[in-house]
Amino acid sequence: MNNLLSVENLSKSFGALRASDGIGFDVGEGETHAVIGPNGAGKTTLISQLAGNLRPDAGSIRFAGEDITRLSAPRRSRKGLARSFQITSVFPEFTALDNVALAVQAQAGHSFRFWRPAQQDSRLTDPASRVLSEVGLTERQHILAANLSHGEHRQLEVAMALATRPRLLLLDEPMAGMGIEESQRMIALLGALKRRLTIILVEHDMDAVFRLADRISVLVYGRIIATDTPEKIRANEEVRRAYLGEDA
Amino acid sequence: MKKKIAFWAVLVAALILLPPLVLAVKQPYYVDLVRRIMILAIAAISLDLILGYGGLVSFGHAAYLGVGAYAVGILAFYGVASGWAHFAVAIGASALVALAIGAVSIRTSGIYFIMITLAFTQMLYYLGISLAEFGGDDGMRIKTRSRFPLVDLGDPVTAYYVAFVLMLLSAFIVSRIVNSRFGMALRACKSNDARARALGFSPYPVRLIAFVIAGGLCGLSGALYANHTNYITPSLMSWLQSGELMFMVILGGMGTTAGPVLGAFALLLAEEVLKGFTEYWQVILGPLLVLSVIFFRHGLAGIFSRHE
Repeated sequence: MNNLLSVENLSKSFGALRASDGIGFDVGEGETHAVIGPNGAGKTTLISQLAGNLRPDAGSIRFAGEDITRLSAPRRSRKGLARSFQITSVFPEFTALDNVALAVQAQAGHSFRFWRPAQQDSRLTDPASRVLSEVGLTERQHILAANLSHGEHRQLEVAMALATRPRLLLLDEPMAGMGIEESQRMIALLGALKRRLTIILVEHDMDAVFRLADRISVLVYGRIIATDTPEKIRANEEVRRAYLGEDA
Repeated sequence: MKKKIAFWAVLVAALILLPPLVLAVKQPYYVDLVRRIMILAIAAISLDLILGYGGLVSFGHAAYLGVGAYAVGILAFYGVASGWAHFAVAIGASALVALAIGAVSIRTSGIYFIMITLAFTQMLYYLGISLAEFGGDDGMRIKTRSRFPLVDLGDPVTAYYVAFVLMLLSAFIVSRIVNSRFGMALRACKSNDARARALGFSPYPVRLIAFVIAGGLCGLSGALYANHTNYITPSLMSWLQSGELMFMVILGGMGTTAGPVLGAFALLLAEEVLKGFTEYWQVILGPLLVLSVIFFRHGLAGIFSRHE
């Protein structure tokens, strides 16, 4: 398997806190790679560095063979690296369809057109509608994002990330705060995306992680203590002690 | 939608009919008053592009009003009378100044952005005061009004209709821009900057271009203003003028097409009426403005579009 993403020796400190302490792992093309770890392990810090929202103190990130360590978040996004946010981050004053159409537009890179109404531009709205139906939001497409439910916000997050047609999807706790039913729907959606895309999944929901991931990295206090298949992670003594608990 | 069309229809009809009506009752003053309001409405429309749609709280928008007006004044001073030259230089110079100010200030945000735009404009204000050749503090008379073939800006009624058409055109242009791809990007960056970046938008060039467009459009307003008063002073660039433009936008409704127009009319008409009652009119206008902001959260335009 070719590596789409290679992370080497990634380090980031906030004062005395070493949020990322020499993190290294590879993600193959088409792989779904989960990152798990207790609260405060530095999972969101890791995602932010991968997405380009945080600059690492040291280390390198290679994406599709290119060193992207110093690229800004918008540049990385245009290269095919999309993220969803742990805390819902959409454009509340716009409809669901507009939100996704904006994602399509950002990726197309044609934002310096000043005259034709964007909301009637089928080159934006058609792909946006397709993605919305994929995540199951078709009936809600004309609702303002501010008025969508929590679960729908999470679906919209994924739709926006998808609409940028990424090669690598960074999902920061897509199931956070969801009810059982909503979680099941999200797992089914991500299951359908698996293989078509390379996914890095940060998630607390172990059911989702073990059903979706090809490999799992366990992050504890800013360090990766193990990277392996779900079965081996389940069996790993150190991981059980550090995180999963004896009953896992 | 219907309400919006009705609003514009009523406004357009009223403004077209106003000059013959007030001239029939021998009150030509009102032609001048409304012309002034429409010229400043253009400045408010331009400010709304960056303030209402872009979320850039520029507290120095009067700079471009001043640059536009001084462009006309200085060209006329050196004997250039061509209106095309006046207006092209006014718009171009304002856009250039906006490019320079924007390039620096848009790197900051929040309170710093407000203070930097204010500081730049104060610099221009003091520059105006120090230019003794162009009247300094006292200002200068415009030697010759902008001359156009067929259109005489010296005629009050002609100038009125020119301001009227340009005001409508400005509102139309801005409404096209904010609904274009560019406008969607601009509004997205205002709505959620982090999200916009994550999607691949680069806010800086988007905001800077909007800032330059707003500056150029405000320069047009300045050029009209110079022709309107026939006399320009540095006070056109003072922070009071910047504040008044901001107030028009906020009072009328930020991020709406009708808002800045409504705001300009409401603020300047209220000023006019109160001045008729007392010389301490600001004491009444101040609290009225505070109340209007509290009760009309979405500005006056919000009254027309509440149920949409």
